[in-house]
Amino acid sequence: MLRRWRASAWTEWLIALRFLVDNRLQTLMILLGISVGSAVIVFITALISGLQDNVVERTLGTQAHIRVLTPDQFNRLAPLPDGAVSLTLENPRAQRLRSIGNWQDVVAVLDRHPRLLAVSPVVSGPALALSGVARESVALVGIDPVRYERIIPISEDLVAGEFRVGAGDGVIGSELARDLGLGVGDKLRLDGGAEREAVIDIAGIFELGVRELDARYVYLDLKQAQTLLALPGGVTVIDTRVDEIFDAEQLARRIERLTGLKAESWMQTNGQLRNALKSQSMTTEMIRLFVGISVAFGIASVLAVSVVQRTREIGILRAMGSPRGQILRVFLLQGGLLGLIGSAIGCAVGWGLVQVFNVFGPGLFQVTVGPELILGSVLVAMFAGVLAAAVPARRAARYDPAEAIRYV
Amino acid sequence: MSDEVLRLDAIGKTFNPGTQLESTVLRDINLRLGRGELTALIGPSGSGKSTLLNLIGLLDVPSSGELYLQGQPTRNSDDQTRTRLRNQALGFVFQFHHLVSAFSVLENVLMPLIIRDGRPSAETVELAHGLLREVGLDNLAAKKPTEISGGQQQRVAIARALITRPPLLLADEPTGNLDSKTADGVFELFRRINDQFGCSILVVTHDPRLAASCPRTVQLVDGRIVSDEKSAPAPS
Repeated sequence: MLRRWRASAWTEWLIALRFLVDNRLQTLMILLGISVGSAVIVFITALISGLQDNVVERTLGTQAHIRVLTPDQFNRLAPLPDGAVSLTLENPRAQRLRSIGNWQDVVAVLDRHPRLLAVSPVVSGPALALSGVARESVALVGIDPVRYERIIPISEDLVAGEFRVGAGDGVIGSELARDLGLGVGDKLRLDGGAEREAVIDIAGIFELGVRELDARYVYLDLKQAQTLLALPGGVTVIDTRVDEIFDAEQLARRIERLTGLKAESWMQTNGQLRNALKSQSMTTEMIRLFVGISVAFGIASVLAVSVVQRTREIGILRAMGSPRGQILRVFLLQGGLLGLIGSAIGCAVGWGLVQVFNVFGPGLFQVTVGPELILGSVLVAMFAGVLAAAVPARRAARYDPAEAIRYV
Repeated sequence: MSDEVLRLDAIGKTFNPGTQLESTVLRDINLRLGRGELTALIGPSGSGKSTLLNLIGLLDVPSSGELYLQGQPTRNSDDQTRTRLRNQALGFVFQFHHLVSAFSVLENVLMPLIIRDGRPSAETVELAHGLLREVGLDNLAAKKPTEISGGQQQRVAIARALITRPPLLLADEPTGNLDSKTADGVFELFRRINDQFGCSILVVTHDPRLAASCPRTVQLVDGRIVSDEKSAPAPS
């Protein structure tokens, strides 16, 4: 049985290869078509995924993946008696700065969550920064530096000094330092309102590359910030980092159910970015789909022509005892081979294009072609080739040998 | 029965039965071919010669009657069995020789065995060379069919038909497409094969000279056998 199968497979390979080689010009042209198609697919996929990774990385370099906050406060309306109708004019409540109730327990729960890589309680709120006659409104961010660094690695973005908070030390952004004319070692007065004031030493200056953050953020020790914001022992936000960034939204919902708090994923806070990424991905998908379809049609039409050209030869093979299945497989094999060889060449060309882009392109980011992209493209092309060959192959297998032999 | 390669019992063939295009091409054909017989099948065009040959070659199925190949009934056998029988019990030679252009002369000769067994063994290749020597073309073994003449192609087709040592060789106008000198050569070859390999040969032909040189001549007119003559004793 196995021997029969092997013998038949050998024969099919031989005939398929010979047919392809014999139709040299057609084979070369369709290989060119498949190569161009797969090169485009490989290049575009690598480029877009490189671009998206870069954008996401840049965006998430300065934010938490999921922020856990206190739920919004709302007005409670007295229940109405049955059958009563009320017309209500409601003013939404102002959301004052509040601490997350029992946050130590929440942090402990999140710490144990297997999909959260880092958890950092943060207290943040508005304040004024004063230096000489200059005043700037700033955002105080009280942190546990070890935990916070796992969310946003500030020390990697320092331009001066060191990342040290606590004992009256603080770290500020480069824009703020410029606006207030400050350097490392200088003193900065912070005013949290209602006569809560503190003076800190500037231990370091960071530059995240986002103007808003570089002009507003002042990192302090958790305790000092709590005092300045009149939230002793409290935190306003728990920042977290997840293992799969695109699962953040789903995880945020899960955290909400788990803690009863509000959880915002980076996808919610960056709606624009998310839309941009989504439409970009869709465009890529469309291009890939249509290039793939036209390549498949190319293979199908070349094989259809070949089946017609070889009608008599197919008839003679059948007359000599070649079973229908063998004829079918000979043509399916040709489709698969065209897909395999064409996409292999195409992947090499696509890889080359990516290298050219990396060397001569705008140089904003590096594009890599992963082995899974190459392997995936080749497999898909082979599959598409076999699929495209199905119609002509079935036609060839169905030929009536007596008629096929007389075909002129 | 052991001496009987082919037996046709009341074979009939009707195309497009039950439609306006219905046409009965063969009626009540009874024919027996013994082992080693060289028979010519003659008749005017449209008399059903090629249809009969297709039926015998298991390329088509009779509408009525039964066809026994080596004693085995075939009318109701499935496509797989018919395909296997074609490969093992029959050799085909066609008017337009039909070599497969993607393969060399040697590979074309080997094709029925390649279809059956896959990669040919050294002995098989030697057998093919032997047959090519037999038809006088071993020096052209590596050529492509398009690089040799029509008569040479026909001789390659004959070598190919013989490689499986079939008990029955079917030839459809094998010399119809050749000039008379080449045709003589091809026909001479048929006779030699008939002597040497002992296989039965059924030749459909228009060529009266060729028909006359066959020991047995069967004439078909309007789908019926009108004469079946043995002009000389069949070779023993």
